[in-house]
Amino acid sequence: MAKMTYIKAITSGLDQVLNDDPKTLIFGEDVGKNGGVFRTTVGLQDKYGEDRVFDTPLAESGILGLAIGLALTGWRPIPEIQFMGFTFEAMDGIVGQLARDHYRFGGTKNFPVTIRTPFGGGTHTAEMHADNLENYFVSTPGLRVVTPANPYDAKGMVISAVESDDPVLFMENLKLYRSMKDEVPDDKYTVPLDSAKVVREGKDITIVAYSAEVNESLKAADALAKDNIDAEVIDLRSLSPIDTDTIFASIDKTHKVVVVQEAQKMAGVGAQVASDIAEEKIMSLDAPIGRVAAPDSVYPFAQAENDWIPNADDIEAKARDIFNY
Amino acid sequence: MANGSKQIVDFAKIKATMADPYKHPVQVIDREGKVVNPDILAKYSDDQLVDFMKKMVWERTLHEQTMNFSRQGRLGFYAPTAGEEASEMGSVTAFKEQDFLAPAYRDLPQMIQHGTTVAKGFLWSKGHVEGNIHENKNMLFPQIIIGAQYVETAGVALGIKKNKDKDRVAFVYTGDGGTSQGDWYEGVNFTSAFQAPAVFFVQNNGWAISVPRYKQTAAETLAQKAVAMGVPSVQVDGMDIVAVHEVSKLAREYAAAGNGPVVIETLTYRFGAHSSAGDDPSRYRTKEEEKPWFDADPLIRMRKVLTDKKLWSQDQEDKLVEQYKDDFKNAMKEAEAAPAQKVSDFLKWTYNVPTPSVKKQIAEFEAKESK
Repeated sequence: MAKMTYIKAITSGLDQVLNDDPKTLIFGEDVGKNGGVFRTTVGLQDKYGEDRVFDTPLAESGILGLAIGLALTGWRPIPEIQFMGFTFEAMDGIVGQLARDHYRFGGTKNFPVTIRTPFGGGTHTAEMHADNLENYFVSTPGLRVVTPANPYDAKGMVISAVESDDPVLFMENLKLYRSMKDEVPDDKYTVPLDSAKVVREGKDITIVAYSAEVNESLKAADALAKDNIDAEVIDLRSLSPIDTDTIFASIDKTHKVVVVQEAQKMAGVGAQVASDIAEEKIMSLDAPIGRVAAPDSVYPFAQAENDWIPNADDIEAKARDIFNY
Repeated sequence: MANGSKQIVDFAKIKATMADPYKHPVQVIDREGKVVNPDILAKYSDDQLVDFMKKMVWERTLHEQTMNFSRQGRLGFYAPTAGEEASEMGSVTAFKEQDFLAPAYRDLPQMIQHGTTVAKGFLWSKGHVEGNIHENKNMLFPQIIIGAQYVETAGVALGIKKNKDKDRVAFVYTGDGGTSQGDWYEGVNFTSAFQAPAVFFVQNNGWAISVPRYKQTAAETLAQKAVAMGVPSVQVDGMDIVAVHEVSKLAREYAAAGNGPVVIETLTYRFGAHSSAGDDPSRYRTKEEEKPWFDADPLIRMRKVLTDKKLWSQDQEDKLVEQYKDDFKNAMKEAEAAPAQKVSDFLKWTYNVPTPSVKKQIAEFEAKESK
């Protein structure tokens, strides 16, 4: 067992799937010799050859078409879209084609494609590099959308994503890439694609979050603990499907909930979680459902990012409101 | 610089000559039925030529019968194919069973020739999942998003190359409007960058619904677009089945030998409407424009060649038409007998492993469906 960054954990997971299954292929812009612009695929071309790990021309729709055609001819593609903002160029490939194909073939053909893509605010990138675009994808039937919040889950989930016969959008938070280390087993292990995880137990209020906001929620929980407010924090991990069982069990215990996301508030994951809770658990709640989300503007210019992205203080304040309701 | 001295670059000249290599469509039989390339025609046996004609009669009858079915309300979205028989039958017959076809919505006739059934074609049009499933046949369903089949073909061709399949290529169709899509370039370019085996057809039928070919691009030919991707290309008389077949066969051989892809522009014409769903060509094109194309009908010139060779008669053709009509009517009966679709099945096919909410919805619909 070694301490590993989030990014190294993903590299380790990709190494594992390339080793396990000769039909797996990694491709995208700069993923070959350069090992990706973040170095997520570093060393993999040297180890597995240019046949398995290769650069493509610079065109995201082409990359998705490639993935679908390779799946049709028996391969297990792992395309990278260099930044999540660039998925707009591949929207037909992901939403119009890939996600629908298993259905279109009446379940007779599998499209085991894992699309890896970095996203997430806070590192002052150029425009369209940090946006949280999951809201567009979670409303797409046929597509699984997952995002790990720590190195252990990152490795276990990338392996599960590649092994899944469903198409998976695997969102990697670029702020987390090198900002945290965890004990990560060198050997193979998997983390399920459809289950949330209680990352901090508590009895007074439930905070549901994902990706970088999990760490912000944990910070908020520490601050709340100083005033004897015992918060339970749930990491969704899977954004589609949403593991409502874990959320509902927590609410039955705490009777109060705050739903947190880095994305804009309009529609999307937080709204879905709030709606699921309202539909099934409203009688178990002692207070309204609290929501913490980014404002409904276009993603901010980099200098203003920190004023825009919800942080631990925002979560703590909302949790106090709901707790004291 | 002195007046009249030569410029370092002459853009006007480049523009005036850039289409030169591409604007000489390959032709074997001209519109009057005169054989202009007897050496090529001589490579084809009488049986082959008769078979070409039968396939075109088959496709024309399919067109007419589907228009009847449409009027009777027995089909859904259907893209008429009359006028494009030489382009479609001439090309598809150059491919082998193991080749992978990525069709668009006007390519049901090629799909049927490549191994699926007429009934499945009708089921696709009627909106039934069985029209999408062609098990053990190397083909996709007809693509609706123009261009998507081009990028997917790049993947299929690369997959074929990586699998080291011998004597196997991907082939794909779009129309003149399709060449304006970004996916068109991405598909051809990716395939070329990977030197993967594919043949890209552009059936230039003059119209993208109501927008004429000249409004799609200032390029004189669509074939010349391939040069930017390092891909050889050619225009072919798309009303001449022998020319289309010969060019397609050469393209397939070239691609299968590992030389990378080829682009073929067939010059053809859509005799009818864009689709059976209310398009009326009289809104956007004139009888004066249509006339010379109707005269160029691929069946007319092939009929003449075969009649001259005493290989064909009107009586023989009439009998074939009746036989094909019966086949299509039987296929329609088969399609109409397909079991009703169930929403619970749609839910089951959405994921390999249904998600919890989908599982719940499956149970809800199964309960409804069992009532």
